Amino acid sequence: MAKNKAPAPPKVQAFADHQVITPPNTLKHAIRRVIDRELDDPVARAEQALANLSGEFKTWMRSECDRLAAAHAAILKKGFDTHTRGELFRAAHDIKGDASTFGFPAAGVAAESLCRILEHAPDLDAVPTDLIQHHIDAIQAIVREHNTIEKAGVANELSARLRAVADDYLTVVNRDRPDHLEMISAPSIVPKE
Amino acid sequence: MFRIDFNKLRFLVCDDNPHMRRILRTLLHSFGAREVYEAEDGATALEMYSHYVPDIVIADWAMPIFDGLELAQMIRQPDSKGNPYAPIIMLTGHSEKRRITMARDAGVTEFLAKPISAKGLYLRIMSVVAHPRPFIKTKNYFGPDRRRNTTVAYIGPERRNGGEAEVLQQPSLLDKARVTG
Repeated sequence: MAKNKAPAPPKVQAFADHQVITPPNTLKHAIRRVIDRELDDPVARAEQALANLSGEFKTWMRSECDRLAAAHAAILKKGFDTHTRGELFRAAHDIKGDASTFGFPAAGVAAESLCRILEHAPDLDAVPTDLIQHHIDAIQAIVREHNTIEKAGVANELSARLRAVADDYLTVVNRDRPDHLEMISAPSIVPKE
Repeated sequence: MFRIDFNKLRFLVCDDNPHMRRILRTLLHSFGAREVYEAEDGATALEMYSHYVPDIVIADWAMPIFDGLELAQMIRQPDSKGNPYAPIIMLTGHSEKRRITMARDAGVTEFLAKPISAKGLYLRIMSVVAHPRPFIKTKNYFGPDRRRNTTVAYIGPERRNGGEAEVLQQPSLLDKARVTG
């Protein structure tokens, strides 16, 4: 690591109401020119390493489901507060982000739907308990019965219906909150699979 | 053709999820990185940032104590004793346009929406290493230049006065975030 030498000071151009600062590029020492024939492909190598890891994904997904269930159980016991809501949101949000990587894309769709409820419902205590419970149950079922229901296409249909019901609910309860309505209807930046 | 020598770079990975940290570690090591430090919350990440002086920070958004957005804001303190210029790649399950805008305005350098891919991560790292952008300091912003291109058709208010700033032609953060693969 070239950490011993202090970097040169940044170049500063001052304007009327702003400065343009060009720091020295301390990372350029990590760039090297290679010949086209060089066969090493770091992306392919990383994809292979990820594939080698995939044997653990189901176990990881189960533990994510356990975390989600525990967070939900805490809410059933204590109700919604900043902490319990945060735990449930982060558990659902992690499943939303990880599920496709782990091979459970339908669970990710259901988890995203749950995140939207937690983020956009104006009063979480007024959300029908069944609506949240069905999301938890669906995510667990999709992971538990992965081999049967995912192949049959049931998992995708289940997640899509949950999302539709959640969106209908959020549209009604946010009818006087145009900023939330706009966010609810905004498209995702992630392309659909 | 250019490549990055990952073994010359020091990474700080900040994610509260141990599985995602493992995936990131696996990917970075496969790219060739040797020094990968891990933090499970924003507070620990900030401490490790000061201690290890990483070259690149990869941070999740949703974390306990303080989140990735707050971490970015704390790193981007122009008068801090530490390095306020380190590239920050935000890797997150958030996938809404407004989130990208929030991340950009907090000083995040690149945005990568989950699900993660080896190619998506590699391209973001390549971007911050090979094409660093100048920093802009205004009354209420300090971070990488948010202007990635110029357009003569722009009709909005000018937020900067007093001269033409250098603009590097790059795809917008939103366009880049849409490319996940």
